[in-house]
Amino acid sequence: MSSDEPRQTIYDSTAPSTDTRDARIGEGVDDRFNSKLREAFGASPFILTKFDEFMNWVRGNSMFMLQFGIACCSIEMMHTYAIKHDLDRFGAGVPRASPRQADVMIVPGTIVSKFGPRMKRVYDQMPEPKFVVGMGSCTISGGPFQEGYNVVKGAEEIIPIDIHVPGCPPRPEALLYGVLKLQERIKNGESSAVVVKPYELEEFGDLQKDELVQKLASEIDEDDLVMRYNWADSP
Amino acid sequence: MSTGTETEPEAELAEPGSETNEAALESLLGERAIARDDHLNAPGFVINPNDVQDVLSDLRDEAGYDHLSCVTAQQYEDRYESIYHMKKFADPTDEVSIVVPTTVDDPVSQSAEPVFRTADWHEREAYDLVGVEYEDHPDLRRILLPETWQGHPLSKDYDQEKPQLVTLTEHQNPIQPDHHDAESDTMFLNIGPHHPATHGVLHVKTVLDGETVADVEPDIGYLHRCEEQMCEQGTYRHQIMPYPDRWDYVSAGLLNEWAYARVIEDLADIEVPEYAQIIRTMGAELCRIASHMLALGTFALDVYGEFTATFMYTFRDREVIQDILEDLTGQRMMFNYFRVGGVAWDLPEPREEFFEQTREFLNELPAKVGEYNDLITGNEIFQTRCIDTGVLEPEVAKDYGCTGPVARGSGVDYDLRRDDPYGYYEQLDWDVITRDGADNYARVLCRMEEVEESAKIIEQCLDLLEDWPEDERDVQANVPRTLKPDAGTEIYRAVEGAKGELGIYIRSDGSDKPGRFKIRSPCFSNLQALEEMSEGEYIPDLIASLGSLDIVLGEVDR
Repeated sequence: MSSDEPRQTIYDSTAPSTDTRDARIGEGVDDRFNSKLREAFGASPFILTKFDEFMNWVRGNSMFMLQFGIACCSIEMMHTYAIKHDLDRFGAGVPRASPRQADVMIVPGTIVSKFGPRMKRVYDQMPEPKFVVGMGSCTISGGPFQEGYNVVKGAEEIIPIDIHVPGCPPRPEALLYGVLKLQERIKNGESSAVVVKPYELEEFGDLQKDELVQKLASEIDEDDLVMRYNWADSP
Repeated sequence: MSTGTETEPEAELAEPGSETNEAALESLLGERAIARDDHLNAPGFVINPNDVQDVLSDLRDEAGYDHLSCVTAQQYEDRYESIYHMKKFADPTDEVSIVVPTTVDDPVSQSAEPVFRTADWHEREAYDLVGVEYEDHPDLRRILLPETWQGHPLSKDYDQEKPQLVTLTEHQNPIQPDHHDAESDTMFLNIGPHHPATHGVLHVKTVLDGETVADVEPDIGYLHRCEEQMCEQGTYRHQIMPYPDRWDYVSAGLLNEWAYARVIEDLADIEVPEYAQIIRTMGAELCRIASHMLALGTFALDVYGEFTATFMYTFRDREVIQDILEDLTGQRMMFNYFRVGGVAWDLPEPREEFFEQTREFLNELPAKVGEYNDLITGNEIFQTRCIDTGVLEPEVAKDYGCTGPVARGSGVDYDLRRDDPYGYYEQLDWDVITRDGADNYARVLCRMEEVEESAKIIEQCLDLLEDWPEDERDVQANVPRTLKPDAGTEIYRAVEGAKGELGIYIRSDGSDKPGRFKIRSPCFSNLQALEEMSEGEYIPDLIASLGSLDIVLGEVDR
């Protein structure tokens, strides 16, 4: 049977067949229990699966995105949420303003030195399990601004990223594809990439006492959090 | 003539750029002008670092140069230099540059802040990136880079490979050191840098007294992407043009590209074919509509309380415009369509289809604008939130160097498309929109009416393009493969971007790359006025004011 034609059971009768259920639990049950899905399960209302698999399936199909705009890509990200592309079709269209309610962070734009620690903090505030979609060339390598004195060479220097969507900026279709790929990964229970060289937030007192640290010692408290950028080591 | 400046005695000065005008300026400055340093766009006078306030206030009060458009700082081998680019709001083609050199060992210059408020941020930026210090400046510290940054990145001896430290600490209440004190009434509130109402990564340090804003300080630099450095590394001919798209990224790409196209065409003396100018004008106005639509949609999000309806309507219309622009340029957002001396290619084939599609959009626009008026501006709740909130008086707007819809909403009749004509605007029939409300409502209405004016311009361009003779459709002038303007040539040129006056200063050093590339961003100056608009108002009005300024952080931070 070709897939573009509806199955006979669908066009034939709009009423769900309730024969087996009626035989089992008797008549009089509310109509709202009658559905095609129910019919598909047949006589037995149980499915047997692993809990992890079930959770991954649930997670993949209901992702709360973090409302997180940085640069140019955030405009295309807004277009992805808005009409025409409508990310909500895939159960991922509810942007949350608070990181504490979000599962997925789309990083839409260039990360610069001043914003790096903030992004790390926002990422840390998201509850586990959390996933990150890197949107655009800047989150891959710094993109067109890679040679800048102030630009972090890719968001992966700071946080782990599950899916990279290339483009400058990627079209909304490309972001949709990236989000769908992420859903696929989550459903399959795949873990995220490993960060090779993270910039961490550290206490100032814990840093090695080199020239720069000694110079700043009078300005920064010992227990202040700092992020140290080693530009010379960046790719 | 703009409002409020009629009293200024500028009648004694003759036509801009003429001999008599320069003679009048020379006699006004007298011995304070120690040398001449003319720029392509304006006469330039070199003055001593101690005379800055004196000279600038004379120029403003005696000669009517009431618009400090931009402050450029740069380092030469033997000196630092600050350039004050001054204009008149009444006639922006009448320009003068004041050049202030300082020594390399002791780069201290008098601050212009007491004369022009807008100099505050501009001089902080000059200090941050180049390293010139300004005496008398009320608050000279870094503005774009973190406080703990080492070195000044656009100075000669900066080493980019050196490590840097950036702190993440709790911000302190600038009014009350301990903001949780039982005795104190004020509360410190961080808005941003990750916050839905900041339209990007803006951080606003706010001090509240009850529900009233006692102090507000925008903290910018969370998107400082070294745009000036990138442009200084690129060749004039092809490598710079992609970057302007990314300054004001709210679909205003072609408007920004025009800023660079205009300055380089004036610098290298290139004549653009008329046909290309019409295509440019049409594309730029399409971008303006898209940009104003987003401003409207996000503003409705900010002040309305309802989450998506208006937002979705505006995005519906933006999608139509983006489709048209994609047909024209090949990209949805980062067009890279302008070339030095023209545009990349002719209108898409089949042309009839393109015209038909664009006309269809224009025909539907009045009904859509009517819909917005029903939905938004006619709404009582919306009016209560917007009328008489975030008031920006015209004189204050000028002092802060506000331009674009922000200034026009305050009744300042200033639009570079008309006052300093470029492209094909002069030959077309359209009006500059101004409103006298000076509040959030006036700024929003101003943008909505500008959308209709832009539609008028596009319509006329379409008519012209349709009937243009087939053998005169030149899209590019004949431009040399490598552009090398004479060493030492300096020029400052501005266009009317979506948010206001978008200017570029270029100093050529004789090579095929600019020696100094400085961007004058309208949002940077407009955002500075936020303090003026929101102090003493309620906190929800602060959010409304911020929304009505329509800033885009890519352009504020550059």
